[in-house]
Amino acid sequence: MNLPAELKYSKDHEWIKVNDDNTALIGITDFAQGELGDIVYVEVETEGDDINQGEVFGTIEAVKTVSDLYMPVDGTVLEVNSTLEDQPELVNSSPYEDGWIIKIKINDLSAIENLLSADQYREIIGA
Amino acid sequence: MEPKNIILHTEHLKRGARMVPFAGFNMPVRYSSDKEEHNCVRNGVGIFDVSHMGEFFVQGVGALDFIQQVTSNDASKLVDGKAQYSCLPNETGGIVDDLIVYRMAEEQYMLVVNAGNIQKDWNWLMAHNRGGVKMTNASDEYSLFAVQGPKALATLQKLTDVDLESIAFYSFVQGSIAGIDEVIISATGYTGAGGFELYIKNEHALKVWEAVMEAGQEFGILPIGLGARDTLRMEMGYCLYGNDIDDSTSPLEAGLGWITKFTKEFTNHEALKAQKEKGIERKLVGLIMEEKGIPRQGYELLAPDGTKIGLVTSGTMSPTLDVGIGLGYVAVAYSKPESELLVQIRNKTLRARVKKLPLV
Repeated sequence: MNLPAELKYSKDHEWIKVNDDNTALIGITDFAQGELGDIVYVEVETEGDDINQGEVFGTIEAVKTVSDLYMPVDGTVLEVNSTLEDQPELVNSSPYEDGWIIKIKINDLSAIENLLSADQYREIIGA
Repeated sequence: MEPKNIILHTEHLKRGARMVPFAGFNMPVRYSSDKEEHNCVRNGVGIFDVSHMGEFFVQGVGALDFIQQVTSNDASKLVDGKAQYSCLPNETGGIVDDLIVYRMAEEQYMLVVNAGNIQKDWNWLMAHNRGGVKMTNASDEYSLFAVQGPKALATLQKLTDVDLESIAFYSFVQGSIAGIDEVIISATGYTGAGGFELYIKNEHALKVWEAVMEAGQEFGILPIGLGARDTLRMEMGYCLYGNDIDDSTSPLEAGLGWITKFTKEFTNHEALKAQKEKGIERKLVGLIMEEKGIPRQGYELLAPDGTKIGLVTSGTMSPTLDVGIGLGYVAVAYSKPESELLVQIRNKTLRARVKKLPLV
């Protein structure tokens, strides 16, 4: 199971990568993409919105299932990965790089500390 | 209740299967990718372990009369080596289960039922078995492999002397496969891709599985999970019990008029005949999305003016068409092929069109 140590994780199977300028990238974990199977559609219509931690910022559809995407911290959605519109399968093949889903501005950087480390997340998923 | 393991449980794990509880069994839902497995069956050959399905044997004097009474299709048309799709109507207009009836010999039949309904069907049949026909539940003794796809015949022919080409659709023979005798080789399936279903005693299951995997190697055979089984059957518009048909759906509404034969008497036939004469009010139809979106079970179907006209019962992204497809019940006025309607997908209403089945 690929769980990069430099990322933070949520119990809802999102990862977050914090940049120096208080922005961050968010996607779903390798574990999550494996559970969902072939991703065929990523729908995020919250660009520009302020969203609280735990609220839904979009929806991800696999062949067989549809799942909500949850904000791991409070923030503003700055950008949606438009490549996913034509290539949603990038979430499967490159969950931590090309398959990122949104870029956000984090409201309060300290909230990151409440998220899970790679090891803590690994324990939760039993990998 | 803990789900049961099928006989080849560890074999599937070895091959990378993701096992999920389904209808009381831990079943392989996917080995690699739903799409890859789906395309492998459409274009080549794949093998499904569907050993969760139930097998009942019904035999002795009165077996045919009993089957005629409880099923909707006309089993008197069957000869030895022939099978038919049928259903068990209930007394309130719905369906207890759908099934396949095999005529093994005169007054000897095998009924193949859905895994999730094994106990329910057994109880139903026992309660209606007034003539005391001998019934055996052999579900725990048989494994069932579906070898499906355009290369299924070439794969299996390497393992048997039986001339597989001569087995017509919905026919079967009992023969040897991979040195195992008395395998029921049935030209049936749930994919629309052609191929066979093999009923094997559990003790020989692994040997047959391995032989088929090896024989199919030159054609790129893959083990296929329930995920692709579902997308394959949806493209064909085949009903799934619990989604598209259930205790409250009439076979006539479900488009199963062709297996509902009023030339004989059967459970609830009078009410169903009256329904046929009066005309049904809703009908199960196939849908293809005309906008980007995927219909899912329970989503509402709307007329172009926004009036609610029905519900989606099954839906997926079609790997073959690369668009959302579904099955659903709609008011009969909207059931004609090419009718336009809307699907309520979360906060959007997206355009879809009724299409003739199969969808691919």
